[in-house]
Amino acid sequence: MSVLSLAFNRFGLGARADEAAPDDARRWLLQQFDRFEARPAPIAAAPQRREIAGQLAAYFDEARTENRARRRARRRGETQPQPTAGADDMTMTGPAMRGQRPGMDGENDQLAGLPNSARRFIRQTSRRNYLALVRARTNVALTTPAPFVERMVHFWANHFAISADRLVTIGIGGLLEFEAIRPHVLGRFEDMLFAVERHPAMLLYLDQAQSIGPNSEAAQLGQRFARFRQQAQVQRRGINENLAREILELHTLGVDGGYTQADVTEFAKAMTGWTVAGLTRGPAQRFIGVEGNPGDFVFAGRIHEPGARTVLGRAYRQDGEAQASAVLRDLAADPRTARHLATKLARHFGGDEPPPAMVRRLEQAWLGSGGDLPTVYRALIGSPEAWATTSAKFRTPWDWSIATLRAVGTRQVEAQPAVGLLNQLGQPVWRPGSPAGFDDIAASWAGPDALMRRVEAAERIAARTGGLIDARTLGPRLLPDALTPATRQAIARAESPGQGLALLLVAPEFLRR
Amino acid sequence: MYDRRTFLAQSAAAAALLVAPGVSVAQAATDRRFVFIIQRGAADGLGTLAPTGDPGFAPLRGAFAQDFANGIRAGDFFTLHPNLAEAGRLFAAREALFVHAVASPYRDRSHFDGQNILETGGRAAYALRDGWMNRLLGLLPGGQSRAIAVSATVPMVLRGAREVGSYAPSALPDASDDLLARVGNLYESDPQLHAAWQQAMQTRSMAGDIADAGGRNGAATGQLAARLLSGAGGARVAVIETGGWDTHAGQRARLGQQLRGLDAMLGALRTGLGADWANTLVVVATEFGRTAAPNGTGGTDHGTASLAMLFGGAVAGGRVIADWPGLAQASLHEGRDLRPTLDLDTLIASAVAQHYRLDMARAARALFPNIAAARAVEGLVRT
Repeated sequence: MSVLSLAFNRFGLGARADEAAPDDARRWLLQQFDRFEARPAPIAAAPQRREIAGQLAAYFDEARTENRARRRARRRGETQPQPTAGADDMTMTGPAMRGQRPGMDGENDQLAGLPNSARRFIRQTSRRNYLALVRARTNVALTTPAPFVERMVHFWANHFAISADRLVTIGIGGLLEFEAIRPHVLGRFEDMLFAVERHPAMLLYLDQAQSIGPNSEAAQLGQRFARFRQQAQVQRRGINENLAREILELHTLGVDGGYTQADVTEFAKAMTGWTVAGLTRGPAQRFIGVEGNPGDFVFAGRIHEPGARTVLGRAYRQDGEAQASAVLRDLAADPRTARHLATKLARHFGGDEPPPAMVRRLEQAWLGSGGDLPTVYRALIGSPEAWATTSAKFRTPWDWSIATLRAVGTRQVEAQPAVGLLNQLGQPVWRPGSPAGFDDIAASWAGPDALMRRVEAAERIAARTGGLIDARTLGPRLLPDALTPATRQAIARAESPGQGLALLLVAPEFLRR
Repeated sequence: MYDRRTFLAQSAAAAALLVAPGVSVAQAATDRRFVFIIQRGAADGLGTLAPTGDPGFAPLRGAFAQDFANGIRAGDFFTLHPNLAEAGRLFAAREALFVHAVASPYRDRSHFDGQNILETGGRAAYALRDGWMNRLLGLLPGGQSRAIAVSATVPMVLRGAREVGSYAPSALPDASDDLLARVGNLYESDPQLHAAWQQAMQTRSMAGDIADAGGRNGAATGQLAARLLSGAGGARVAVIETGGWDTHAGQRARLGQQLRGLDAMLGALRTGLGADWANTLVVVATEFGRTAAPNGTGGTDHGTASLAMLFGGAVAGGRVIADWPGLAQASLHEGRDLRPTLDLDTLIASAVAQHYRLDMARAARALFPNIAAARAVEGLVRT
């Protein structure tokens, strides 16, 4: 691969034929720092947090009413359907929906166990929001003037993965990328980390929003007053360690970061009170102090576990919100975090086996700049390993789809086909199924079935172009000085322009970046 | 996980939504149907309708000639490939007319350029920006006839100022065996992709997808086209694309399957059109022919003249039109290809003009603006 081809494909999102080739590939990448838009038009036009969180709040309201009716009926001895998810929550999400993943595939089966209001909410509201956000993401990727920075957005969104396949995350999941990642992709890691961990999608996805300190004011009150307990369901609640654990294991130190279960528990206690405002209403919510604009971050002191905490051998004596903030700041600055992220970045740009010299270089840039991401990106661009032609990365389905649509000149897609394409290729947008995100190695994506699906998709996408694209001239523009003679020949010998284009899109050079 | 069929159906539906095709419905002022079947990839005319009466044929074609021992006689000189049973029946019923040693104005050997000329009707590739079938719509009585492409997109031949539709439901079977074979070749020197692809193809063949796909796919496409063309409200003009004709290797088996598929398509068209078949003209043509002699891999390479076929109740059939150039070495174009003795543009213009009772000169000018000598080929269509 030539330098230009690597800039287009490994660093960028694939070339567009309607864009001029830059003279200097490295400078082109650096200049994108100035061209990047945190909130481009497609995202500004997509559903916003206030709207999506408001819909979630309205659903919880409806579910609460439904459950009250059910309880009354039960007292009268009538049988009623199972409780509605989320209704009795002090904060927002009930156990009824944790673990439930009403996804988009086989939707009807997965929705079958849910009450009517939940089904309605997912079908009519959440799914519509999900589609609109995926469409915005895709259209930005197709037309961005800063494809390298957009790649970094996708990288970080996958690092801080949420999975938009639970009732509470389907509609709001994509906002994490738009609101927490994009504004900080050219900033400091610490700021991004804070934006992510305070974002409603993350707080809901990893159950932080309902984590309650066992010695908090609210819990104490709950033990004394049965009525409050019933209303707020406090007795069923306590510490939820999910987010604290994933911050340590996935977001910062990494799985080998040397922390213990005690660190997780202590950190989780420090984080109690970090929750989302305005999603449920009632006297308990008023007492706890989680009223407010739906979807906003709020610190609810009355569910915070009092007392000093010790995390990773360091004591945190702060009160309230500042306690977990102090832990987060230390985690952001921890050298193990630098090593963890340097390794992931080196894997994304330097090959499935991260080159040790590159990891060290990125680590030094990270530590030397205090996690200043543009400094790290410059070290990335300055790494010879990222420009080595021997370490090509197999494109993920997302990467391949975007590169393909850019290659054929698409500037805008509709949501449903875009979502359908990624589902069928095996990488449903924002739905990795786990907070670990999608894998970043070829073994996960280059399987026989996946390959066949790409060929089928390539044929159809090529057919849509109606023979108007000549792959013989397009190929060298997408992959400058990087097409092998075998691929050039296969394209030239194709029996039609459409077939030539399909072959280009599934050529080994195009399947990799 | 999904099974492959679901994926095909869904991705086709997804692809269909990426661009919403506009289907125009308008009152037609003619009952006559015209269907153009494009054979993409340069179909071998000598392997379809063989000049078995030419003494040069058997020695030149070697093993290829053996297929015609069981072929269908089309007059004293020519024999149809045995897989073209339906075409043979239509020939016997005088509803099939074969025109041999025919070629478009294109004389080089690039599929892309050759197909562009075949479809735009220009003398040079990319000289015209719309297709001759689209220009034809402007000549039809009333000028309002509905035209449709039986494919995911509108091919070049039907593109242009006049609105046309395209229709390819998700159930339309896949016709990409040729692409799959080429992908296999492309991955041969890539260990990772080669291994994965071998496995993928094994799974696929176990699912029985490759077996007889040509025949079933052809029939399904023919049925669909017939549905779109039938009845008073049906389309009057349609184009069907077929691929897989680029038989550089293993031609006997592959061409045999291709022809079986084409034959099934014709049968489905005739059956599906019912009474409308009597008013129908089907033209089957390809961008250029193939070398007269087989190559070293049991195939043929890009050539020049080939075969055009006319079918339908409207056709004055039961004969072969050919100013036969002969297969002797000296007779071959550039010493390798069947020499063209009839202009394909002229043939198409004549057939279409007669079919729609248009003035030949006017039709020829509109469809093929730079046509060299527009002397009509008379008597192609019953009037």
